[in-house]
Amino acid sequence: MKFAVVVFPGSNCDHDAHYAAQHVLGQQAEYIWHKETSLKGADAVILPGGFAHGDYLRTGAIARFSPIMTEVQKFAAAGGPVLGICNGFQVLLEAGLLPGAMLRNRSLKYQCEHVLIKVEQTDTPFTAACTAGQVLRIPIAHGEGNYYADPEVVARLERNRQIVFRYTNAHGVATDDANPNGSMANIAGLCSEQRNVVGLMPHPERACEMALGSADGLILFESVIKAVSEGVFAAAR
Amino acid sequence: MTISDDILQRHALTREEYQRIVDALRRDPTLTELGIFSVMWSEHCSYKSSRVHLKTLPTTGSRVLQGPGENAGAVDIGDGLAAVFKIESHNHPSFIEPYQGAATGVGGIIRDIFTMGARPIALLNSLRFGPLDDPLVRRTFAGVVAGIAGYGNSIGIPTVGGEIAFDESYTGNPLVNVFCLGIAAHDEIIKGVASGVGNAVYYVGAKTGRDGIHGATMASAEFDEKSAEKRPAVQVGDPFMEKLLLEACLEVMKSDALVGIQDMGAAGLTCSTCEMGSRGGAGIDIDVSLVPQRETGMTPYEIMLSESQERMLMVVKRGREAEVERIFEKWDLHAVRVGEVTPDGKLRVRNRGEIVAEIPNRALTDDAPLYRRPMEEPTYLGTAQRLSLGALGTRVTPVDAFRRLLASPTVASKRWAYRQYDHMVRTNTLVLPGMGAGVVRVKGTKRALAMSVDCNARFVYLDPYAGAQLAVAEAARNVACTGAKPIGATNCLNFGNPEKPDVMWQFARAVAGMGDACRALDIPITGGNVSLYNETDGRAVLPTPVVGVVGLIEDAETVVRSPFCAEGDRILLLGETHDELGGSEYLKLIHHQIRGYPPALDLRREAAVQRLLVEGARRGMIRSAQDCSEGGSAIAIAECCIASGLGATVNLSGVKATPGFGDMTTLFSESASRVVVSISPAHEAEFLALAARQDVSTQQIGVVGGRRVAISVDGRGVIDEPLDDAMHTWNTAIEAYFGPARAIA
Repeated sequence: MKFAVVVFPGSNCDHDAHYAAQHVLGQQAEYIWHKETSLKGADAVILPGGFAHGDYLRTGAIARFSPIMTEVQKFAAAGGPVLGICNGFQVLLEAGLLPGAMLRNRSLKYQCEHVLIKVEQTDTPFTAACTAGQVLRIPIAHGEGNYYADPEVVARLERNRQIVFRYTNAHGVATDDANPNGSMANIAGLCSEQRNVVGLMPHPERACEMALGSADGLILFESVIKAVSEGVFAAAR
Repeated sequence: MTISDDILQRHALTREEYQRIVDALRRDPTLTELGIFSVMWSEHCSYKSSRVHLKTLPTTGSRVLQGPGENAGAVDIGDGLAAVFKIESHNHPSFIEPYQGAATGVGGIIRDIFTMGARPIALLNSLRFGPLDDPLVRRTFAGVVAGIAGYGNSIGIPTVGGEIAFDESYTGNPLVNVFCLGIAAHDEIIKGVASGVGNAVYYVGAKTGRDGIHGATMASAEFDEKSAEKRPAVQVGDPFMEKLLLEACLEVMKSDALVGIQDMGAAGLTCSTCEMGSRGGAGIDIDVSLVPQRETGMTPYEIMLSESQERMLMVVKRGREAEVERIFEKWDLHAVRVGEVTPDGKLRVRNRGEIVAEIPNRALTDDAPLYRRPMEEPTYLGTAQRLSLGALGTRVTPVDAFRRLLASPTVASKRWAYRQYDHMVRTNTLVLPGMGAGVVRVKGTKRALAMSVDCNARFVYLDPYAGAQLAVAEAARNVACTGAKPIGATNCLNFGNPEKPDVMWQFARAVAGMGDACRALDIPITGGNVSLYNETDGRAVLPTPVVGVVGLIEDAETVVRSPFCAEGDRILLLGETHDELGGSEYLKLIHHQIRGYPPALDLRREAAVQRLLVEGARRGMIRSAQDCSEGGSAIAIAECCIASGLGATVNLSGVKATPGFGDMTTLFSESASRVVVSISPAHEAEFLALAARQDVSTQQIGVVGGRRVAISVDGRGVIDEPLDDAMHTWNTAIEAYFGPARAIA
């Protein structure tokens, strides 16, 4: 299959997502510059981590106006799998593809460290190969990952089973101690109502090889390969 | 123009130096020219006090592709690739404005690396602060860490390691030394040269403002108090702009359209124009009115001396201008033609066509003043080198000393700092921070690079020659612990006022020691930086010549980390422990003294230990390796336990020492060339045989396992600490100064 990795001028995890898709998983991957207007026939789109436009304003606030985002919106509306990682998740929130917003971490500091997240939904293209309740060890690296939404919105997310990942302890319990940034309901990642758009703060592309400390992130990529090959999540063309 | 003493003083020029300027120009300088001379002849740019000593350092070797004199050094790492690296200081700005001072330090060193055509892949930092119980120090420390994080994280270069130490001498003068390493193909290395008469000179990046115009060398009738108020002394960094510059420059460099490129760091446009011209044997003619400016009414003087960040100067091959402009446009940057290369070897500055400065490049660079400053052995040494342990009395038990050492900020976990740094971006980080050297793999090859920055300034204070040798040895040993063969070094020499003979003596002796150690260990120094005048209220910092060593691992899969790996593994201590508490962390922490002689260093033994580490790692025999530094072997063993969550039971043979100090010396002596390694039982005999062949003395001291750190001396239990307690002490010591923190996973 073919991944499109969108490159905003301040993306800095674009190489990492590309490397994971192409070198670790042996799939096709192509960088798509944010000023371009075509996803070039990709089967899945990744919005990578970084600081899209420096993020001196709200993170992702400018990125949503990039020409490529119109294509990403269309691709998502047509049912294509879209994964926003870290800054990519923030861009998805700004673009309205996922609900809510990010506040600064409650530590008021950038934090880079391994955390544990539990997979709560397996009917998204990026968790299709997971087992429900599976706990993954994946790093975070962000200063603004403190998820916030109105309580009604969070209730709706719960009702619609849109909370895909939660920060938990090793036993899969979403305790306050396991919450690295203060996110409401320990939310680490969400999916859209149609379930094809997924955003998460942790970096699965950094956890694809044991030499780097964890290979737990591989399953997100394996999931979308499976989902696409089975034709479950494909953009209607 | 009459030059008053006042104007000279504000330009930090002496009357003799002024006369040299007049002789070089064969006339009086204009004010703009005076400003240009003052920054180029400043200590920072000219190395006028240090150059005679730096020339003695070994800078060549079979792997050296670029030695000192360019934006950064480069060494061959095989596969047609080069490691391009350098360390630089940003001490003074970081005290005035910790966040921006540190951030722009990171920005500056990153530009030095990508200017060479290399993609930066790793950052390290070496930091010094006063004691953390001082609230001002906490503010500085927190600001510096946040500034390093803010810049490095945004641009996406991982901060993979470093060192932080605390001492009263740094309270009013913290040290912020930043190291960056990048990778370039040999044939893609590009230099800071201007050549080819008529080639266009381009300016690209941020606009020029009045920020960073050197306060100390600032002058004259054109400025008054009010204009001084408008000028921030410290520059403000814009990592996003630098990210754009980085990507755009690397793309332009791939196009082969450039003759040369240099960043505008210290002394801004002045330094980049005259240095590029000087290296290429050419001149540069620029018109400052073409320089993009973000403030109105800037004078040529201000434009030439501004140190606004994120700016580059390029010489473009004739006929390739449009291509270069197009690439910068893609990144929303505008490359502006500001001048051209001339044949006359002069820096000519115009303002709307009118010449405002015309100086031979040589006068600014090669012919800058060179001083052999007077030197004198410091008077403090006589007292400081005398250590009488007997007179101190034993104040604590070994286990109390052990706990206090684990909680000493210099020894304790630096997690509070490094968790704020993105240390994993680019997915190359094989050894996470907090465990000795940082290690990154080189994608597209089987290789990995290890790097470490080190200096125990107490040792340098007590004996600058020996202390600098120990710094080289420690940095190289840390690199060797990962299985890497040291292949190159860079240095950042932080000292006090060189006009004081005793400071100059420290400097000269340290450089001599560093050179001799590098020669003995066969590690060329490919560049670096000197930071002098690190003084507050006339009191200098401890002399701190930081050494950064880069090592090569042929097979990334053989990398060795420092935590213990498995229950039942055998623990060995390589090297010998001697009666050497001089300058130790123990002596400072428990007895509040920096006294005695630093540990003796036998460079042949040091080289042998490092060879053994590299060979043992290559053969897959070493499970873990941790160098013994502050706190000695007891702390090294504890760190291996804490990082792994595995306990250890160890017995050390007692060292002959001053009565009453036997156990303390055995546990906490900082004797050089020692490493704690763990070996699986299956490999133990083979490893011991290898060590014997390499002539490295070994002690089989214990076994990995359990949940306690249990250390005996000659069979007598002296420390028996639950691992969880040791972990808590070590992990939380620094965090405790900043309120509770949460530990995740």
